[in-house]
Amino acid sequence: MIRRWFQSGKPWIWFTASAVSISMILVFGLLLLIAARGLGHFWPSDILQFQYQEADGTTLTLVGEIHDEEQVAAARLRDAGIEVAGDEPVTRYLLKIGNRDIYGQDFRWVIAPGMGERQTPQDLLAVERREWGNFYGYLLKVKQQGAVVAEGDAAWPELQQRLARASDLYNEIHSLEKSDIGAINYGMERIRLQRRGLELDGVDDPASFAQLEKEYKALEAEYAVLQKRLAELYQRINRDSMTMRIADGREVDIPLAKVVHTYRPNAMSLFDKIGFYFAKVGEFVSDEPREANTEGGIFPAIFGTVMMVIIMSVMVVPFGVVAAVYLREYARQGPVTRLIRIAVNNLAGVPSIVYGVFGLGFFVYFLGGNIDQLFFPEAAPAPTFGTPGILWASLTLALLTVPVVIVATEEGLSRIPKSIREGSLALGATKAETLWRTVLPMASPAIMTGLILAIARAAGEVAPLMLVGVVKLAPSLPLDGNYPFLHLDRKFMHLGFHIYDVGFQSPNVEAARPLVYATALLLVLVIVALNLAAIAIRNHLREKYRALEG
Amino acid sequence: MSSDNTPTHAIDMDSIGRGLHAKRLEDEAPCLEVKDLKLFYGEKQALHGIDMIIPKRRVTAYIGPSGCGKSTLLRCMNRMNDLVDGVRIDGQILLDGHDIYHKSVNVADLRRRVGMVFQKPNPFPKSIYENVAYGLRLQGIKDRRRIEEVVEKALKGAALWDEVKDRLHDSALGLSGGQQQRLVIARAIAIEPEVLLLDEPASALDPISTLKIEELIYELKDKYTIVIVTHNMQQAARVSDYTAFMYMGNLIEFGDTNTLFTNPREKQTEDYITGRYG
Repeated sequence: MIRRWFQSGKPWIWFTASAVSISMILVFGLLLLIAARGLGHFWPSDILQFQYQEADGTTLTLVGEIHDEEQVAAARLRDAGIEVAGDEPVTRYLLKIGNRDIYGQDFRWVIAPGMGERQTPQDLLAVERREWGNFYGYLLKVKQQGAVVAEGDAAWPELQQRLARASDLYNEIHSLEKSDIGAINYGMERIRLQRRGLELDGVDDPASFAQLEKEYKALEAEYAVLQKRLAELYQRINRDSMTMRIADGREVDIPLAKVVHTYRPNAMSLFDKIGFYFAKVGEFVSDEPREANTEGGIFPAIFGTVMMVIIMSVMVVPFGVVAAVYLREYARQGPVTRLIRIAVNNLAGVPSIVYGVFGLGFFVYFLGGNIDQLFFPEAAPAPTFGTPGILWASLTLALLTVPVVIVATEEGLSRIPKSIREGSLALGATKAETLWRTVLPMASPAIMTGLILAIARAAGEVAPLMLVGVVKLAPSLPLDGNYPFLHLDRKFMHLGFHIYDVGFQSPNVEAARPLVYATALLLVLVIVALNLAAIAIRNHLREKYRALEG
Repeated sequence: MSSDNTPTHAIDMDSIGRGLHAKRLEDEAPCLEVKDLKLFYGEKQALHGIDMIIPKRRVTAYIGPSGCGKSTLLRCMNRMNDLVDGVRIDGQILLDGHDIYHKSVNVADLRRRVGMVFQKPNPFPKSIYENVAYGLRLQGIKDRRRIEEVVEKALKGAALWDEVKDRLHDSALGLSGGQQQRLVIARAIAIEPEVLLLDEPASALDPISTLKIEELIYELKDKYTIVIVTHNMQQAARVSDYTAFMYMGNLIEFGDTNTLFTNPREKQTEDYITGRYG
């Protein structure tokens, strides 16, 4: 019976099908895990208030969100000096108590037996601050230049109103500092470099120096105006503050300039919470990071990742295609081309960090150093291209992925029917014309397949980037409004590195962990989006150059 | 073929030499002269010293069994064999008195003068219009009006215009096999070559398409020297003025079609056309 079953070949079907199922389960499990862990972070959970008896017998009031919970063996707690009755495992909660500037830490463990009755007072306020993380407490007063303007029930609406004003002012200050003053600084630096360049060229024509001096003066004047405006804005933003009472009864003043927003999760309806949730997700995707990347958004990292992949694609495709065309169309097929093919295929297997080291040694120090000497002597000793940057990172990744493009393109070229080439040659086309006008367009879907594989590999690569251009926090994006707009020499942020940085280099591991998952999810989504775009282009090309049937 | 005819010939005798001119081969103006042409694929010799003259503005057909070298000889005439690795060619082919294998000859220019149509239709995966305009664009012609004129003329010349004039910008791959082959012919005549080489142009087509191609060849010979390789003896008999019979890399017999099919000089030719082998 069993034997017959084996002979029927069915076990083989079951065996292969189970391999597919396991792979699918793993992939979806992975996505589900990072999605659940990452996306849950943005949900406004209730803030609890309860009496808690410490191990030494003292009782205190605690306010915070439950961040995590786990079962701990009683014996383990006893070893840690905490007395618990019985041998049952004890539930332990990780409580986010916030107020790091006051308590010194914003997370603490509490064990269930010590917790009194949990309350969720409606007027418990969560304050998201620009520094020091969240603040939890009760709103007492709203003040203007130290004088109380609202108290009690009137304080909350008054706070919202003043907060909106502070937020507008903050945005204004931010844009002034970032774009206007940034542009002036950039312009001043350019003038300085031009002047230095003139000096190095031995120009002693006073007119050109005077011209530069004039431009510099104009920028300085502009700067003075902006500086004045900025001082005024700062004065205005610092006008208001609020007084909060924290769990242990202390009263704390918080300037509204330091507040991102406030919310009362315990008083929120489900719809409020959903709205709040999506606002937070939007903020995460579109904002800049704060507080050593543990708060705020990750927009610069998304931008850097996409930008780097695009620059890489722009470089890897021509290079790989040209190499493949030579190998397939021009080179005499023989042991040498076979050797080259083997080498190219092996290149794809070299660990990526090795490429990073090569990129640092060759691109950054050698190429970049020489470019600096030749073209940017005025900036010396500060390096322009002789330092890690997005150009070198993209080039390194292009090198890493060029074998994939070569192999895919060769495959595509070899599939173009001979009759098509002959048809073109018979019309008086040279080989180059045939390649350019007919063969390459027909091979373009295969080239795109190569690019898709290259993107899939490059977008997830982190190790080599750490050597050739990625940083924890980049002050400006590689693309901005300052001439020449695309700054290939700048360092950039990358989602993959961001995950590593937030997960392992963060001062506040507990606060950052959900962000690790959220960032990982976003990295996956970005790669999927890049791939889908490339696949759409490929399918379009395939339709266009559908090869002859049969 | 009617049943009361003696079935010694495998072909329809009435259609032989339909296009024959009264002239004899010796009186024709030469277009291509093949002189002692030998071709080797590596060690193997495929052509053993071919000598012949291909007359101007006539249809010359090559017949012979598979592997006899007729396609190879045809592909020598526009140097398509250059693309094959390990080919060595001895001898000369003169086009209007100039050796096409001379060092100074630009192969692309030569192929512009000697067009070729292949066995299987091979339109480019572009629009019908772009297929025909391909040769013109290669020559650097950018003038849209001129290209449009030439495309229309070539498509009319290839008897395809009426079928495609409303969908010039659709993909050429949407055409039927016969239409594709006529498109390829239009593509070849758009650059106005002197010679048109047809390598079994109808062998992949159905009978009706074949008929159309044959009619087209008949019309085109007023302007072009046409050399056609075919497996189909009726076709050779129907369309050609002169026929060459090749066997094992040798030219066995060459003469006007009528004579070759009705009164062959050589025994081998007779055996072949009566269907005894091949």
